[in-house]
Amino acid sequence: MADVMLLDFWASPFGQRCRIALAEKGVAYEYSEQNLEQKSELLLRSNPVHKKIPVLLHGGRPVCESLIILTYIDEAWPEMMPLLPRDPYARAQARFWANYIDNKIVDCQTRLLTTKGEAQEQAKKDMIGALKTLDSELGDKDYFGGQAFGFVDVAFVTLTPWFYTYEKYGDFSVEEHCPRIVAWAARCRERESVAKALTDPEKVYEIVQEEYGAN
Amino acid sequence: MAGGDDLKLLGAWASPFVTRVKLALNFKGLSFEDVEEDLSNKSELLLSSNPVHKKVPVLVHNGKPICESVIIVQYIDEAFAGIGPALLPSDPYERAIARFWAAYVDDKLVAPWVQSLRAKTEEEKSEGLKQTFAAVETLEGALRECSKGEGYFGGETVGLVDISLGSLLSWLNATEVISGTKIFDPVKTPLLAAWMERFSKLDAAKAALPEVDRVVEFAKKRQAQAAAAAAASETK
Repeated sequence: MADVMLLDFWASPFGQRCRIALAEKGVAYEYSEQNLEQKSELLLRSNPVHKKIPVLLHGGRPVCESLIILTYIDEAWPEMMPLLPRDPYARAQARFWANYIDNKIVDCQTRLLTTKGEAQEQAKKDMIGALKTLDSELGDKDYFGGQAFGFVDVAFVTLTPWFYTYEKYGDFSVEEHCPRIVAWAARCRERESVAKALTDPEKVYEIVQEEYGAN
Repeated sequence: MAGGDDLKLLGAWASPFVTRVKLALNFKGLSFEDVEEDLSNKSELLLSSNPVHKKVPVLVHNGKPICESVIIVQYIDEAFAGIGPALLPSDPYERAIARFWAAYVDDKLVAPWVQSLRAKTEEEKSEGLKQTFAAVETLEGALRECSKGEGYFGGETVGLVDISLGSLLSWLNATEVISGTKIFDPVKTPLLAAWMERFSKLDAAKAALPEVDRVVEFAKKRQAQAAAAAAASETK
């Protein structure tokens, strides 16, 4: 087995975060596509608690949960391309925003795509609110951490292909509400690690419709 | 404590998330100002320090706010790295394991348990408790692995997971008083039951954890309020 292995699913934005981080750090690894309908022995053994991807295996030892994996990658390969800043206060801010993305955006996404009527209207309002909060936090900076691509950028950029799907289900324009986020996403896509990892937005829409039914 | 550090904790005495931060500050030997917030009438300072969530705890260090209990604990560990014991191990893999279990405590133990406490139906309550007990069983295994024969999730000394779980102790005890349910059953989960005893005796824990009687009173009052609200909405 290779020293570094990533158990992943091709369309997972959480797995993509790990791929981007590993690429930015220049870490060679074996990518292992997992069948989520029929989970492998290796996946079940590596993540017995949640039975989910992504899982990073380093020297055979598993690390689970994408943000924990990102932090681990940053700490295990500290010399190249730091993802988290050195200052403890700036690190706390980065962790705060990454958590916000995982808790707020992902929750709004689920509700926006799986509910109808009033519940969906509320989900749409909440999603727009959350995206605007992130737009405001980004402000006029190139990246969330300032001038360098980092932790929060990696955490959020893999959800940007989902904007097209949010727009279709919610009938709104992300760019209209969050022009800076849209510009930031395009800036991130100029990086090879990001361009290679992201799913095409049309493909995301197709998958979501298959999974949850057409809007 | 390092000279010139001003630490203010915006909190609410009954909140285990606030207790979590007090535990971390106490274990590090840091002094701080304990600011009790009225959550029904939040202060300007709280609202401006945590504009996104407007929640406690918030740690204000030399005027700069840090939010979210697990993030605050890690901040305390990093900002005061030379002072007191380390709350996280130095090895990246062991740190990842500690973070994993701290997240597990919040997502898989606290969430369903709160659901069972706030449940409006018996069904909701029993589903919440079922999930809570399943998580407790998993944590028993985690303690066995992480402690490596020593007394804490952090090994010989208290760490992030001990602090995350330890912050719940007054509520665990209060639940036992109110409903007779022992969340850490000494027969089913002997390691956790022993850990709870051991942790409770630590000075830092005694200073941070709210009085169980006070929590019992608080919980009973909350339950009565919820029942009254439910009854009122039914008779309309």
